[in-house]
Amino acid sequence: MMNAKTPETKRTDADTPLPFPSVNVEEKLFQNRYRVDTGRPHIRIVDTSICDKCGLKPCTVCCPAGCWQIEHGKVEVVTDGCLECGTCRIVCDLKNVDWNYPRGGFGILFKFG
Amino acid sequence: MTEELKAAVPAKFPVERFDAIVVGAGPAGNAAAYTLAKAGLAVLLLERGEYPGSKNVQGAILYSDALERIIPNFRDSAPLERHIVEQRFWLLDERTSLTSAQYRSEAFNKPPYNRYTIIRARFDKWFAQKVEEAGALLICETTVTGLLRDNAGRVIGVRTERENGDIYADVVVLADGVNSLVPSRAGLRPEIKANDMALAVKEVLFLPKEMIEQRFNIHGNEGSVTEIAGGITHGMLGTGFIYTNKDSLAIGIGCILKDMKKHRITPCDLLEGLKNHPMVKPLIAGSEMKEYSAHMIPEGGYNSLPQLYGDGWMIVGDSAGFVNSVHREGSNLAMTTGRIAAEIIIGLKAAGKPMNAANLAAYKETLDSSFVMADLKKYKDVTRLFESNPHYLNSYPAFISGAIRDFLTVDGQSKAQKQHKIFQGLRQRRSLWGILGDAYKFWRTFK
Ligand SMILES: Cc1cc2nc3c(=O)[nH]c(=O)nc-3n(C[C@H](O)[C@H](O)[C@H](O)COP(=O)(O)OP(=O)(O)OC[C@H]3O[C@@H](n4cnc5c(N)ncnc54)[C@H](O)[C@@H]3O)c2cc1C
Ligand code: SF4
Ligand code: SF4
Repeated sequence: MMNAKTPETKRTDADTPLPFPSVNVEEKLFQNRYRVDTGRPHIRIVDTSICDKCGLKPCTVCCPAGCWQIEHGKVEVVTDGCLECGTCRIVCDLKNVDWNYPRGGFGILFKFG
Repeated sequence: MTEELKAAVPAKFPVERFDAIVVGAGPAGNAAAYTLAKAGLAVLLLERGEYPGSKNVQGAILYSDALERIIPNFRDSAPLERHIVEQRFWLLDERTSLTSAQYRSEAFNKPPYNRYTIIRARFDKWFAQKVEEAGALLICETTVTGLLRDNAGRVIGVRTERENGDIYADVVVLADGVNSLVPSRAGLRPEIKANDMALAVKEVLFLPKEMIEQRFNIHGNEGSVTEIAGGITHGMLGTGFIYTNKDSLAIGIGCILKDMKKHRITPCDLLEGLKNHPMVKPLIAGSEMKEYSAHMIPEGGYNSLPQLYGDGWMIVGDSAGFVNSVHREGSNLAMTTGRIAAEIIIGLKAAGKPMNAANLAAYKETLDSSFVMADLKKYKDVTRLFESNPHYLNSYPAFISGAIRDFLTVDGQSKAQKQHKIFQGLRQRRSLWGILGDAYKFWRTFK
């Protein structure tokens, strides 16, 4: 355990974490290639009322593509920029994510990977 | 089978039933299908992407040995970027400093080279083409949605999303990668958990060849690998990397999802933090970002391996969790487990034996006596060690950086004073028994 009674550990400027550079993930996704299966999202919320009761809403933090957002107090998922990593499925403790692969050939198309 | 699928099957294949179906054309599936096809078996390789590799992400370092055992002359045709001559280990703090260890050897600069950087979308496409040349049937843009079973519960084929898309085989090799929905949904393996999974995000940054060579001190086809730990993960269990391709850099960072949930840092911001670290920024300055990707890595290791075989099925590669996270090895274990699974099938087929659990058990036995299991066993407690001792990631890296900074600062204090101060600094972060205990646990886990 860290010693709680530690007298003022001198923190120099160099020890303070940098504030996070703010980036817009959409600009990054813009570089990617997708074949969007219009009207057939491959990820859905099973029951939105469960999200209302979900404390930390980890999907909104852990999704690398920013697909999960809170709009007017409600959790929403828009899969157009999805990288198909599967993270939202794994971090949802309440098992409230209905996750499927897009139909064959649709979705993200990595040029390099 | 649909007419569409039937039409895609050349006449030499028994349309009603294959010897083996392989699900997924990553390194594991390609290795399995290649080995099976070379031995003359009727093999169907199914891939959901438009082409093999279009869904796959890796750093990516290719270890020659695993591929050499499958395609000995792979160097003649595989799309390889650079062979690795130098390995750097960096400890970066959150803000300013770098502690580094570097290993470079001319021994790494003599063919046949033992490690290369690769670009997975190109590599997987090449590998799958070799699989086709070996005589297997590859069908892309086809997602497997489930397994077919007989009344006794034996796996007898796969269901694809195509209309009437059921296809039968004596054995199904599951090589569907980390996000392995098919075996999970069939109840063949437990669901993966957030404490066993890392999420990695990566960018491909294009930069003129000459600039890459200048900045990384490499020439011709030489390449370098930089593995990064420390404050850049903000105390989360994880690492970053910078790899050199011919005319691009691969930069990425990955952390255990359980930590990411708690720390509330988005993966995108984490990567941006790494890119903007003063030690990294000049290396990538002026580059053009051409792709942003993300992928999970199964890091549960030995303790999280599921049942590996059963009646009519086997599981290989990431789908089973074959990753050595300490050495960043995954693709080689995928290829090795894919190859070994195929060799077991070939043996049973030649002996006219059924593909039941009792006979397929030889797969696990062979793995148990190979480097795959030996390595995974060696590091079986690493993830748990860091999970239950987060100070390894918080206190020590910051301490090391601060200690070296103090030591190198000429400011009128005697060297003895400095050493005393450094030791006091460590004691403030952790008790003496804590430090000794940490050292012991660390040694036990990695020895
Ligand atoms: C950022 C990052 C860096 C890494 N760096 C390295 C490294 O430097 N060296 C190394 O050796 N390893 C590395 N790894 C690990 C390595 O990438 C994996 O271990 C390896 O790709 C596993 O191969 P696989 O064939 O088992 O799975 P995958 O490569 O994931 O292949 C699975 C295939 O199955 C397909 N598929 C999935 N489901 C279905 C379905 N239902 N129907 C049809 N097809 C399906 C997928 O589209 C995919 O093509 C890294 C991983 C990441 C994420
Ligand atoms: S983690 Fe699950 S339950 Fe919570 S907000 Fe996200 S989808 Fe809803
Ligand atoms: S699969 Fe990954 S990228 Fe897609 S929505 Fe889920 S977390 Fe985001």
